[in-house]
Amino acid sequence: MKFTENRRAFLSVALAASLSLALAAPALAKDTVKVGFIGPLSGGVSNMGLGGRNSAALAVALRNQDPNAKYEYELEALDDECKPNVGVQVATKMATNRKVVGAVTHYCSAVAMGTVDIYHKFNMPMIVWAAVLPDITYGNEYPEVHRVNGTMINQNETAAEFMTSQGYKTWAIIHDTTDYGKGHNKYFSQFLTEKGGEILGTFGVTSDQQDFTAELTKIKELNPDVVYFGGLTPIAVRIRQQMDKLGIEAQFQGVSGIKSDAYFAGLSGDLAEGTVTFLEGAPAAKLPGGEYFLAEYEKAGFGEDYEAYGPFSFAAMSLLLDAIEEVGPDRKAVTEYLADVKEHDSITGPVTFDEHGQNTVALITKYVAQDGQWVVWEDSEYAGGTRKLTGK
Amino acid sequence: MDIGLLGQYLANGVMLGTMYALVAVGFTLFFGVLDVIKFSHGDVLMLGSFTGFTVYIGVLAMGIENPWLMIAVILLVSIAATAAVGALIARYLVLPLKSAPPLNILLITLMLGTAIREAVRLFYPDGSNPKNFPALLPTASVDLGGFALRADSVILVGAGIAVIIGLNLLINRTRLGLAIRAVAQDEETAKIMGINYTMIVLVTFAIGSGAAAFAGIMNGLYYNEVNFGMGLLLGLIGFSAAIIGGLGNIYGAILGGFLFAGLQTVGAVALPFASAYKDVFAFGVVIALMAWKPTGLIAERSSDRV
Repeated sequence: MKFTENRRAFLSVALAASLSLALAAPALAKDTVKVGFIGPLSGGVSNMGLGGRNSAALAVALRNQDPNAKYEYELEALDDECKPNVGVQVATKMATNRKVVGAVTHYCSAVAMGTVDIYHKFNMPMIVWAAVLPDITYGNEYPEVHRVNGTMINQNETAAEFMTSQGYKTWAIIHDTTDYGKGHNKYFSQFLTEKGGEILGTFGVTSDQQDFTAELTKIKELNPDVVYFGGLTPIAVRIRQQMDKLGIEAQFQGVSGIKSDAYFAGLSGDLAEGTVTFLEGAPAAKLPGGEYFLAEYEKAGFGEDYEAYGPFSFAAMSLLLDAIEEVGPDRKAVTEYLADVKEHDSITGPVTFDEHGQNTVALITKYVAQDGQWVVWEDSEYAGGTRKLTGK
Repeated sequence: MDIGLLGQYLANGVMLGTMYALVAVGFTLFFGVLDVIKFSHGDVLMLGSFTGFTVYIGVLAMGIENPWLMIAVILLVSIAATAAVGALIARYLVLPLKSAPPLNILLITLMLGTAIREAVRLFYPDGSNPKNFPALLPTASVDLGGFALRADSVILVGAGIAVIIGLNLLINRTRLGLAIRAVAQDEETAKIMGINYTMIVLVTFAIGSGAAAFAGIMNGLYYNEVNFGMGLLLGLIGFSAAIIGGLGNIYGAILGGFLFAGLQTVGAVALPFASAYKDVFAFGVVIALMAWKPTGLIAERSSDRV
């Protein structure tokens, strides 16, 4: 009897030992952790989304090459088509997938406004990489929601100050009627009036409108110095084109949403020339970690450009991966870690989240369209005086 | 408001009206001969303008520089190809369902439209992005006191109106038109009189789709941009225009097209609140008109369609 008992004890010990060995073996090969990316991968602003996706993928790939990384990361990229209804679907799909620990999401503000509730509901930490509407972070108390790029508040303040200092007096404002366009209209109008500019007329347009001749004819009648457009590239292209058709001689001023190479691809001739726009942060090459980012992006050989917000996407994804490395692949722990991010090193400069998860970057760069590309204002021939903005 | 600006609004409205009328004429033709509503019409238009864009890239590669020759080739190939697509749709989707409830045809063409739209988006190279359609027409403009009258707009409107008049003459003055009207009036009798019924239906669909392709190219030349979703709203507006004019009546379609364009322009200009509501205003008036005259402004005479 005693023998059998001993044997049973021996067997169970052996079993336990082999079991623990079997469990330990895969741990040596690193656990796989899923992280997400959501942006517009198709549709009119897809070049922005693809640039952001590539940059996020680059951050993941670089981390996977790092021998000190504790986990093997896998990126799940979904397409929100810049449409709120599609965005809500893909955000739900990602948030309900428990394997996805956190995500870097959204270029379009209208989409982000619809999806933040979902991330909150499923406790999934997320970092916005490009959408600029202040309400995404400031309009709620969700601990899951963060943003590495600035908001349109800073952008429009700089824009109003710069344009009035150029000597422009009167504006006509066109904005799309999404949250994004309305936000731009609100903040730009506010800062412009403070700085002494006069708004002659404000026109809301739908985000898929084709014909702007009626609005533009009215603007022609108002005869402003500047036509301001708050919205995205496809409509900016149409408006700029139709301004020319109607013979409107005014300076065209855009927002961060038109700082894209597609603006030049969509405009024939030299219509793009002289358009001004504003963007948070600095051009990739001038960022603290810009050279590193550019070199690695080049090396990775993506088909598309990283576009205006690629560096932010890279920084957001790197921050998310840092969090997971630190506290492990647990949504709640990552959220807690992100609540406390102060002076965190990133290629866009140190990231500090305020109580709403908003990064406090105040740097805004001014751009002007010169010879088919966006040139930083200070480096352009316009600032140098060789070329002049319309009406100057 | 001075005369020059009034002229500008009028020019904008006439431009839009011509495009809408061209689309509405297609709807009315299809309804006339077969009593069907073909909801893929807007997307067939988009297909026409993308065909035109592809032909443009082709002729550019062949080294043809003359813009007039380019436009001629683009129009010819695009209209022919789109007309063929229209005939194929009629032959393989609409005619087989002729005796089925009209709702089936409406649904199948609605789905076909979505299929065409998504196919262009997914399979045309970089199809989800807007394409920069070339400005081939002369861009010289005359300034008439605050009103910039551009040569290209004048040519486009002129060509559009010529096509509408041509279609009208074709329906009312030719033997082919006589056959189309005969089929529209009474299919059985037309067959007994020796009219090739299937052929007439296919030709009618080809004509309507060709007109849509023309409107698509016109749209591209005017806005210098084509995108995969352009047919959606144009189709809807063309359909509404055909309805308010009186579905089945070609004059009604033209009237409806210009009326809708007028409503949009008035909506954007005269309404005190933001122009964002101009489509709401235009469609609202359409609803009111339909409640007032359910058969359209120019009612279809039951014995004489088209």
